[in-house]
Amino acid sequence: MTDFIVPKLSYVQLSPILIVLGGALIGVLIEAFLSRKVRPIAQLTITLGSLILALIQLWHIRHESSLTAAMGSVAIDGATILMQGSILLIAILAVALIADNEHFTVLAAAVPGSPEERDSLQSGEKLTEVFPLTLFAVAGMLLFPASNDLITLFVALEMLSLPLYLMAGLSRRRRLMSQEAALKYFLLGAFSSAFFLFGAAYLYGYSGSVSLAGIRAAVVGGSGNDVFLLMGIAFLSIGLLFKVGAVPFHAWTPDVYQGAPTPITAFMAAATKVAAFGAMLRIFYTSLANANWDWRPMMSIIAIITMLFGSVVAIAQRDVKRMLAYSSIAHAGFLLTGVIALNKSGLDASIFYLFAYGVATVGAFGVVTLVRDSSGEVTDLNKWAGLAKRSPFAATLFAGFLLAFAGIPLTSGFIGKFSIFSAAYESGNKSLVIVGVLSSAIAAYFYIRVIVLMFFKDAADDGTSVIIPSILTRSTLIITSVITILLGVYPAPLLNFINSLASFVR
Amino acid sequence: MNMLTSLMLLPLIGALLISALPTTKSLLAKQMTLGTTLLVAIGVIVMAIRFDTSKTDLQFVETHSWIPTFGINYSVGVDGIALVLIILSALLAPIVVLAGWNESSGGRWSAKTFYILVLVLETMIIGVFSANDLFLFYVFFEAMLIPVYFLIGGYGTGQRNAAAVKFLIYSLLGGLLMLASIIALYVLSGEQSGHTFNINTLSQLQMSSTTQNLLFLGFFIAFAIKAPLWPLHTWLPDAAQSATPGTSVLLLGILDKVGTFGMIRYCLTLFPEASKTFTPLILVLAVISIIYGAFLAIGQKDLKRLIAFTSISHFGFITMGIFAMTSQGHSGATLYMFNHGFSTAALFIVGGWMMSRRGSSKISDFGGLQRVTPVMAWSFFIAGMSSLALPGLSSFVSEFLVLVGTYTRYPVAAIIGTFGIVLAALYILIPVQRALHGPTMPGNEALSDLNLREKIAIAPVIAIIIALGFYPSPLLNIINPASTHTITQAGFTDPLAQIDPKAGK
Repeated sequence: MTDFIVPKLSYVQLSPILIVLGGALIGVLIEAFLSRKVRPIAQLTITLGSLILALIQLWHIRHESSLTAAMGSVAIDGATILMQGSILLIAILAVALIADNEHFTVLAAAVPGSPEERDSLQSGEKLTEVFPLTLFAVAGMLLFPASNDLITLFVALEMLSLPLYLMAGLSRRRRLMSQEAALKYFLLGAFSSAFFLFGAAYLYGYSGSVSLAGIRAAVVGGSGNDVFLLMGIAFLSIGLLFKVGAVPFHAWTPDVYQGAPTPITAFMAAATKVAAFGAMLRIFYTSLANANWDWRPMMSIIAIITMLFGSVVAIAQRDVKRMLAYSSIAHAGFLLTGVIALNKSGLDASIFYLFAYGVATVGAFGVVTLVRDSSGEVTDLNKWAGLAKRSPFAATLFAGFLLAFAGIPLTSGFIGKFSIFSAAYESGNKSLVIVGVLSSAIAAYFYIRVIVLMFFKDAADDGTSVIIPSILTRSTLIITSVITILLGVYPAPLLNFINSLASFVR
Repeated sequence: MNMLTSLMLLPLIGALLISALPTTKSLLAKQMTLGTTLLVAIGVIVMAIRFDTSKTDLQFVETHSWIPTFGINYSVGVDGIALVLIILSALLAPIVVLAGWNESSGGRWSAKTFYILVLVLETMIIGVFSANDLFLFYVFFEAMLIPVYFLIGGYGTGQRNAAAVKFLIYSLLGGLLMLASIIALYVLSGEQSGHTFNINTLSQLQMSSTTQNLLFLGFFIAFAIKAPLWPLHTWLPDAAQSATPGTSVLLLGILDKVGTFGMIRYCLTLFPEASKTFTPLILVLAVISIIYGAFLAIGQKDLKRLIAFTSISHFGFITMGIFAMTSQGHSGATLYMFNHGFSTAALFIVGGWMMSRRGSSKISDFGGLQRVTPVMAWSFFIAGMSSLALPGLSSFVSEFLVLVGTYTRYPVAAIIGTFGIVLAALYILIPVQRALHGPTMPGNEALSDLNLREKIAIAPVIAIIIALGFYPSPLLNIINPASTHTITQAGFTDPLAQIDPKAGK
């Protein structure tokens, strides 16, 4: 009889994830035991507190020599640290938006339009479940890019997805649309999880191992059944591409972005992208790197379609959240070129791009939360006409974020685009660079159109107004815009930091 | 601190100070802008005096590490060609401010914003001409578009939104193609000598001729859109028609020069072989631009569009001079850029006054201005004569140099180009005759002549046009060494005159 080996978990490396999970559990207890009055402030404190604490802890362990934790199922290497740092920072900024309770329904379980719902809305109470849900999602996101075996990956995937499905349905206004978004996200997400598992099973069949290192060894050895490998790569990729919103697995993106409460959209759009691309980079850069002849061609085609489709379809959008959704699809395409690059500069560039894009995304959705009329947020672009007259502050910030998305120099987006395209060129994927550049030009058109609308059109008198942001929202807007400009003007420190840290344990 | 950096910071500081002013103090904002631009002009003149014309390499060089991860430096420095264009920009800026004193009043936003945009633009203009790092150049090249975009869209007239968007999209498309080429150069440099954007190092990269041709095209299309060369010119007439006269001066007089400057500085230096390959094609385009621009100018009914089309013709001359690959052609082209800046400025400024007084930009609405407003009419006349390159005025020297420089290598292009001069007489003399002479049109009887401010604004422009017509050598002394240097670096030698030994017998 073999002895039971006590697993060595290396709690220090796992501590950022554990802190966030702990915060989430305390949040659940607060929901159960504290009175409704004190809940909002208690929840906010716990949420922000645990996120900041996790970030500080992450900073402390950034140079830890031991790179794997929990018996090799979690990799805490430089890349993980950077991704987790980005996720935590983005989450902190997004929580500041979420704290504005105006966006959420009070009783999520109430049927839309029912007397229950009316009563709950009139009670003046506030929904606070969203905070622990956010923390659970963040914990999943922290684990996802760190996962070093397929089982942990799947657990993390579900951990980050399930709270998000719920959160998408919490909108206070247009509840039917919000619930439809949640259901759509859930159903499609469930399918993609199934695909992911299916792919994982094939990879296990191919390599006899679920750990990324084991799969890598099998791929390098090349003795397994190639059909299993190909099937595994294909289905695993489908699961991941769904999460990043790449064409043709993007269909959920516009609906969910539009239906979810805007602060949730901000959080989801920015943080999920970091987590999902983080995991994707790890899998393709470590396990499947040696099989790149198998997946690169198809992935290049997907990247090209994603870039072009996102940019072209965004032109036709009349709703600001849908437009940002299609823009995020285009950006997923740009980021895929970083995955395909498969070199160190591609990894650095992707991490920089994810951070820069995530921050700008939170900022952009933050501005969207400010534009209101009597029935709530105004997302119809026609009503954004003349926004600069109503609020030069909001319009200027939004224009800044759009210019960053468009990749105009002196914004973070330009440095991101430059670095990711140069990595792609370096790896020999010139066609991707050309398509990327062309779709950037197409994308620039619809970003600029919104700027025209805000600055050069006269406002109709339709009751649209820009509310004065709360202190938290305001600080998010200011921090995101400062980071966006700073990373455009003087990105050297962050680039150096990424360059020195970014690597995958193999 | 280095002079160039200080000159770039100066307008930026001015803009910051102005942004702190309350919106109502628009007069103070104007005065501060005028003061700042005058200071910059003085600074540039001092720099020009200190410029050593005996050297061919860059002067006033300053280099700091900016983004070491990518080997990007903040590196500035000027040669004669860049210096001349910086002088042009620095001199035109205060004139534009003074001439368009009330220009900002018709805009969507306050006068304050207008002047902040102008000053930020001036910083970027100096930056784009003095950048010695390809990445830095690109940053200025693209970032420059944003203030211009807001100047056209926010303060222009008519279809200003559409014109501003068209301008921006055209420029961005060109810029992004150039970005692809820049990325390729960056990667190549990484393979051969370590990542860098230093132009000297980049010019020594080894490339296959296919690569070189493709990368050249990326750059050239961007510059040809900016310059603008037929058939990539269609944004210009719209932009010029919609922008205020002052913005048009900045746009056509200065910004478009970035295109032709870029052809010299980047296309020829980085891709000498490809430049040679594409020369016939580019010369054809240049000649078409000359003739096409001139013909369309003749047909214009709108004064602003007319000036825009004359510029397309003139840019054809400049491009022809550049790709003639002779030092004479280059010197002529650079001098042409300078002179075109001033004659276009004069046309737009005086034309702008005429239009704002009459409230119309249709040429047929004017008539008999000579009698009503003699000073304004004379100013417009001189501006027009400079545009058609009348001997004795500055443009004549440059046009002559370009044609001579081209003739020595490409006689056919030069001969066809010469027809442009004939057409120029038509497109200038017809509007001059319609607008200034003949019976006074109804509605023009009570127009006021130039006031003191306007006279002060136009006087230096006319003075420079006449002075350089008689005595261009101060500028040519600055330009010539740089032109010869560029030509030699690109691997060309000036064709020697073929003298028939039997001649004279």
